[in-house]
Parts: sequence; C-alpha cells; structure tokens
Amino acid sequence: MIINSRFFNRSELIGFVSLAVLLFLILPLSLDIFRLNLVAKYLTYAFVGIGLVLCWGYGGILSLGQGVFFGLGGYCMAMFLKLEASSVANTKIQSTPGIPDFMDWNQLTAVPMFWKPFYSFPLTVLAIIIVPGIFAFIIGAAMFKRRVGGVYFAIITQAIAAILTILIVGQQGYTGGINGITDLRTLYGWDIRTDHAKFILYFVEVVLLFGCIIAAQFIRLTKLGRILVAMREQEDRVRFSGYSVANFKIFAFCAAAIFAAVGGAMFTLEVGFMSPSFVGIVPSIEMVIYTAVGGRMSIFGAVYGSLLVNFAKTMLSESFPQLWLFGLGGLFIAVVLAFPSGLSGIWADYVQPRIDRLLSSRKPKAAWTESSVADGAPAE
Amino acid sequence: MLIGHQPKEFLLAVSGLTVSFDGFKAVNDLSFYVEENEIRVIIGPNGAGKTTVLDLICGKTKATEGSIQFRGKELTKLKENEIVKTGVGRKFQTPSVFEDLSVFENLEISFPRGRSVFGSLTFQRDAKVKERVEEVAEMIFLKDKLSTYADELSHGQKQWLEIGMLLIQDPDLLMLDEPVAGMSVSERAKTAELLNRIIKNRSVLVIEHDMKFVEDIAHKVTVLHQGQILSEGTMEKVKNDPKVIEVYLGH
Ligand SMILES: Nc1ncnc2c1ncn2[C@@H]1O[C@H](COP(=O)(O)OP(=O)(O)O)[C@@H](O)[C@H]1O
Ligand SMILES: [Mg+2]
Repeated sequence: MIINSRFFNRSELIGFVSLAVLLFLILPLSLDIFRLNLVAKYLTYAFVGIGLVLCWGYGGILSLGQGVFFGLGGYCMAMFLKLEASSVANTKIQSTPGIPDFMDWNQLTAVPMFWKPFYSFPLTVLAIIIVPGIFAFIIGAAMFKRRVGGVYFAIITQAIAAILTILIVGQQGYTGGINGITDLRTLYGWDIRTDHAKFILYFVEVVLLFGCIIAAQFIRLTKLGRILVAMREQEDRVRFSGYSVANFKIFAFCAAAIFAAVGGAMFTLEVGFMSPSFVGIVPSIEMVIYTAVGGRMSIFGAVYGSLLVNFAKTMLSESFPQLWLFGLGGLFIAVVLAFPSGLSGIWADYVQPRIDRLLSSRKPKAAWTESSVADGAPAE
Repeated sequence: MLIGHQPKEFLLAVSGLTVSFDGFKAVNDLSFYVEENEIRVIIGPNGAGKTTVLDLICGKTKATEGSIQFRGKELTKLKENEIVKTGVGRKFQTPSVFEDLSVFENLEISFPRGRSVFGSLTFQRDAKVKERVEEVAEMIFLKDKLSTYADELSHGQKQWLEIGMLLIQDPDLLMLDEPVAGMSVSERAKTAELLNRIIKNRSVLVIEHDMKFVEDIAHKVTVLHQGQILSEGTMEKVKNDPKVIEVYLGH
C-alpha cells in the first residue's frame, strides 16, 4: 500500500542512522580538532542544502540567493559576539571605548540602534530566525503573488545577493565593511576559539543539523510536501484544485531561508568571523551546486554534497587555486547533464539495488516485498 | 440586482463577456446562461474561443469586459482558488495530473480540506479521505491503480484521473475541455458512461468535437464562432441551423 505511516522508510532509516554514526562517532573519533572544525564549517552549508531540497528540489523554486539568508543568520550571530568582544575593558585604547573597533575607526561614537537588540543572546537567537524569515517573506510575497517564477525569480535572487553585498561593503561603520565582523571571542564569557569549544560547537551544530533534517522530513511527509511536488509539475492544476500557489511557494522559500540562517549562525561560531564574501553571488551559486551534487531531491544528499564538494574545494584550492572555479563549473555541468539526481540518484540507481539483491539473496521473500513496495515512494 | 424579476435563477450567467489579446477579441460580447443540473456542450471550430471561455470562468484569464455571475457571486473579481471554493471545477484540454505522485495522492490533493498552508501541514489522511478517494477511484476505473504513479498511466487514464480529481472537489459546475480527445473507441464509451454518472446533481459545461458524444449527453448546445454565439438550442435545432451548417458541420 502507498499509505506509509512510518516517518522513515527502510532506506531512509539506513541513511539516517549511517549519517548519525558518521557525524556523531566516526568523524569526531578519527579527526583531529583542526579537521573536525573544517567538517563543521562544511556542514554549515548542509543547512542551506536541506532548505534548497525543499524549496528547489521539491517546490521547483530555484533560489540563487541563499547566501543572503546564510549571511543574515551569520551576521546576527556575529553582531552579538562582536558586542560581547567590545567591552570597555577590551577596547580602552579606542577613542570611544565600548563599541566595536570598526565603528570606532569609522568615527562612530555610539552603537547604532539596530545593533542594540544584539546585546541580548535570546533576542539574537530570535533574530537569527525572524530576520531572514521576514526578509524571505517579503521577497516571496512580492514575487510569487505577482507570479514571478522560474528563471526570473532566480535572477532576482541573484540581484538581491549582489545588492546586499554592496550594502554591507558600503556601510563600513555599521557592518564592518569588506572585512566583515572579525575578532570574535566569547559567548557569555566562554571562549569559542579554544579546541575544547570547537569540539563542543561541532556537536551543537550536528544536533541542530539533525533537527533540520527531521523538520524537513516532517514537511516532506505532510500533504504540504506533496503539494510542493504537485506545484513543481502542474502549477495550474494545484491552483484550480483550490490552493493559493503563492502562499505555498512563500512557505517553502521562508523555510529554506530559515534553515540557511541557522547554518550561517553556526558558521560564525565555528569560524569566528562573518564577512560579505559569504553573502554574494558566487557563494550563493556554490550552495546550489552542493545541493545539486548531493541530489536536489535528497535531504541526506544535501549533507553529503556539502561535505564532499567542500572537501574537494579545500584540497584543490590548496594545490591549484586557479583551477577550483573551473572544477566547480565542470562539476555542475556534469551533474546537470549526466546525473540530474546527483549522488543520491547514483546511490539509488547503482548501489541500492546491489545491496537489496545481496539482502534478498539471504532472506528472499521478506526483503523483496519490503524494499520494492513499502520503500517505493519517490523519497530519495 | 433585479433577481426577483427574472423568471428563473441561473446557476451561471455570463453576460457581455469580452476578452481582448492585444486587440484581438478571442471572446466578443458573449452572453449565455446555464441552469441547475443542465449539461451544456460548447462546440465550434478550432480557435473559436471555446477554451478561452472556460479560462475566463475559472479565472485563468481576466476578462476585459463583462460579467460572470455564479450563484449570485461575481467571478471576474475573484482569484482562481476562491473561484474553486465557490464550486467551479475545471478540467484542462491536455490532461494535467501530477506525474510524480500516485493516483491516491493525486486524488487526495483535490479533497476539499486543508487547503491553507497550515491546513496542509496538519492534514490527516483519515478514514473519510481514504473512503472518498477509493470511491472516486472506483468511478474512474482506477481502483486497482491507487498506488501507481500517474506517469505510468495511459493518456485515457490520465484524463479519467483528472476528472476524478474534480469529482472529489464536488463542484456545482463542472467544466470539461475536450474530455474524450485522443481516447480510443472503448475509452470513449467508458467516458460517456462516466460522465452520465457524474453529472447528477450538478451542472456541466463541456467542450467537445465528437458529435456522437455530444448528441449522447447534451441538453443544450452552444455553437461558438469567432468568439461569438452562432446558434444555441437543442442539438436538433442547432444541427439544422443553416449558419451552423455553413461554418462548422458543413466541412
Ligand atoms: N493567452 C492568449 N494570448 C493570445 N491569444 C490567445 C490566448 N489564448 C487564446 N488565444 C487566441 O484566442 C483564440 C481562441 O483560442 P481558444 O479559446 O483556445 O480556441 P478553441 O475554441 O480552439 O479552444 C485563438 O486564436 C488563440 O490563438
Ligand atoms: Mg480548445
């Protein structure tokens, strides 16, 4: 029967458990703290990827501006950390002690109004969710209510990414400009730069990542998830079945924005700074590529895609910095042309059948019905 | 409104409807009325504006002028999904079903509950939904295909599935655009049977070319030509109208 009430089908459960083992056990046990922190940095993009799976893979809405939301989340976190790092004691050599250093360099004498809420950590956490959420809502409402979609929407999100970058770079006194917000030190007095803190933060991030995976899986399994798929294929049929297509698109876009923002906030914590170079056009496109490589219909694929492409990026750009962009472009073309469902598609087409055959040769009947009927949903 | 003075209350009253695409009037000052429980067939040569009329009623295309009253509500002012909620269902000319979803899921999406974002997040596939889906699946000859993905269905089966999706909505006015086009002879017969069963307790507006099919089901026929009504009445009357013979049935 297609009525499958389980939260994960068998292959998804295997995917979930293996990812948990990899991220909670294998990587922390086998990598030194420097490498583990790199993994943590790569994984921040997995949050963006999971959002893109919902929004692009399921809903068919390609956003080439997810860096905007990643950046907003990251900047919210950075503003809090920067204020804490700018205590009067730490900044007594400045002409105005007690404000962030870049403000002082830009002749500001007081912390601007919009920075004030970021003295409070609870408000900061709220802002990490609310600010990108509202921004995505405004963009989504403006675009989708007017039936702007497809390539036009993608181009507009690119434009927004470009505009935000220019804004951040231009308003140096308020944003830290091109250098971003740097020299972040403590969270409630807890030094985030130590190896121990990095170890803890890695686990905090992985827990949050699994929270996002479960939230995305929940959305996928509701009727809303099926409406997203339906909308991608036959927008008019959905509309003439009594749904406001625009509202569903806005929801998917906002959800993707919030996931991206959580990733961005974790990025700031893991790496210790935030700058406009994670907001603009190129990083936004890279985030789409991670998702495409992992498989845009696969939540787990988004995680593996982010890990693998970023790992390749680190390797390649260490040895051949010029080659990386070409490599990335080539990878994208290869994925789009040859493997439109990415790594998860390759897994489902080539690896999974072999595993199934191996299992079914051992216990013939049970395994066959399980995998072919119950797991037949177009889940991955 | 002088509804009280009208001899009969119509389910659908289209009056003075005009739409102009860059100056080309695909529908030109069109007026017609559909009664409760009436089956109206619209015929006419290609490009006559038949599909455009349905587009205007369901809100897909905005009228340039004129009014469409449905149960006393002015449809030209409503959004597509609001029109659906007033009780108008529309089937498209080319079958439009969700190919990446199963037959069950296709039908379930049309079930008139949980149509808001929040409602669809909390929607439960309860016994009532399953019962209704199975009931409709049986009507549209797809009972044993509930877990099949729609892309594996034949052309005719997709047409039926879309009709089924409309049935689940339970509209008061059902609009079908060439429901038997591209179907085999046996599929046509089954579709006629299906339509005859589902038209009970509702009005139907059908566009069709197949004359035998039209004679089988139509209460009244409207002949459209260049966006205007050429003739209207029973099939018998229309068939013998010299204007109709000239532009349409003649060749
Ligand atoms: N959205 C549109 N823009 C421009 N012209 C249109 C549009 N929709 C329909 N038309 C034109 O209106 C005329 C009527 O089309 P249609 O209603 O599809 O005819 P049919 O009676 O064959 O269903 C055709 O000439 C068609 O080209
Ligand atoms: Mg037509």
